[in-house]
Amino acid sequence: MSISRREFLKIAGASTILGLGGISVSTLLKKNWLEASQVMPDPRSLVAKRWAMVVDMSKFKTENDYRRCIEACHRVHNVPDIGKPKEEIKWIWKETYEHAFPGQEDEFLSPEIKHLPFLVLCNHCNNPPCVRVCPTKATFKRESDGIVMMDMHRCIGCRFCMAACPYGARSFNYRDPRPFIDKDKENLEFPTRMKGVVEKCTFCYERLAIGLKPACVEESRGGLIFGDLEDPNSEVRKVLSTRYSFRRRPELGTQPGVYYVLG
Amino acid sequence: MYDGLKIIIGLIIFVGIVTFPFLYDMGKAAVPPPKPNIDTPEIQKMAEKKCVEAKSFMRAEHMVMLNDWRDSVVREGDRIFTASDGKEYVMSLQNTCMKCHSNKKKFCDECHNYAAVKPYCWDCHIQPREDAT
Repeated sequence: MSISRREFLKIAGASTILGLGGISVSTLLKKNWLEASQVMPDPRSLVAKRWAMVVDMSKFKTENDYRRCIEACHRVHNVPDIGKPKEEIKWIWKETYEHAFPGQEDEFLSPEIKHLPFLVLCNHCNNPPCVRVCPTKATFKRESDGIVMMDMHRCIGCRFCMAACPYGARSFNYRDPRPFIDKDKENLEFPTRMKGVVEKCTFCYERLAIGLKPACVEESRGGLIFGDLEDPNSEVRKVLSTRYSFRRRPELGTQPGVYYVLG
Repeated sequence: MYDGLKIIIGLIIFVGIVTFPFLYDMGKAAVPPPKPNIDTPEIQKMAEKKCVEAKSFMRAEHMVMLNDWRDSVVREGDRIFTASDGKEYVMSLQNTCMKCHSNKKKFCDECHNYAAVKPYCWDCHIQPREDAT
């Protein structure tokens, strides 16, 4: 089919007008969008280049020391207690040495260390494999302070991140968690989750934003040390420069941000 | 016309089904438009009863604004919103919006039910405690 010059010019002119019309419609629709000048971070917030934690295992002596930290975290974040190990939701929990540090169980390891339960949580890796696999960017590393965040609004529950995380730090909501949260202890200032999303520790980003340290750190009585890894004068750097520390599965290259020190 | 009878019967049935919703509602009183209620203790305390932005803006754009707030807080970490009158607010559905509008059933649900929209905010965000009514 041939086309005359006149026909061609008509089509070209009509599409130009339609295109311009489309642009003006889209600017009209965008007129109420949030301007960058309208938002800013909370001036109360604690800031760091890269948040990190040191777990001082010498401060965890009794069952109560662990329980205080775990309960504080699970209370402020409305973490449900489902009661079935397979559907358990956990942000911070106790793990045996051989599970926390696989591949490092020497044959004649001292029984104290071998049987010491370690407190484990999301490592907020510098190179997080969970972020790499997330198809919706629901989990992402904050550029500002290195926290590996969860955006529950975007999570589609594919559980790629759970497969990718070498530390088992992520839990999936197999069912609606609401009935398993104690109504009287519920924190009304923090949301719950819904069925079909993955959750994990977020280093208490909502508390950092109002100038508070993470809930577990506050309850730990010095057992958990929290600070900026890139500030040489920070509390964590002082501990790391004076005591021997180790991390979970460093050979994987994820660069975990949670360090452990013993006695 | 071949099969005229069948075609005409079919057409009558078709027209009947298509116009049924209109005929069904004919003569019935229209559902009264919703009147969201702002009578909560927190709002009564305010000298000037004003939301973060003008009422007309909030009515038309609150859903866009909530999405913008969400993205700003969760993804950018910017939690303070400066309204057009210069006042600053913490961007939070649970801790800012619902502190004033503590009557979700009479404020949110009233319109959402009328417009038959089901926002999924409350799947996760905890709604204010209201007495069962």
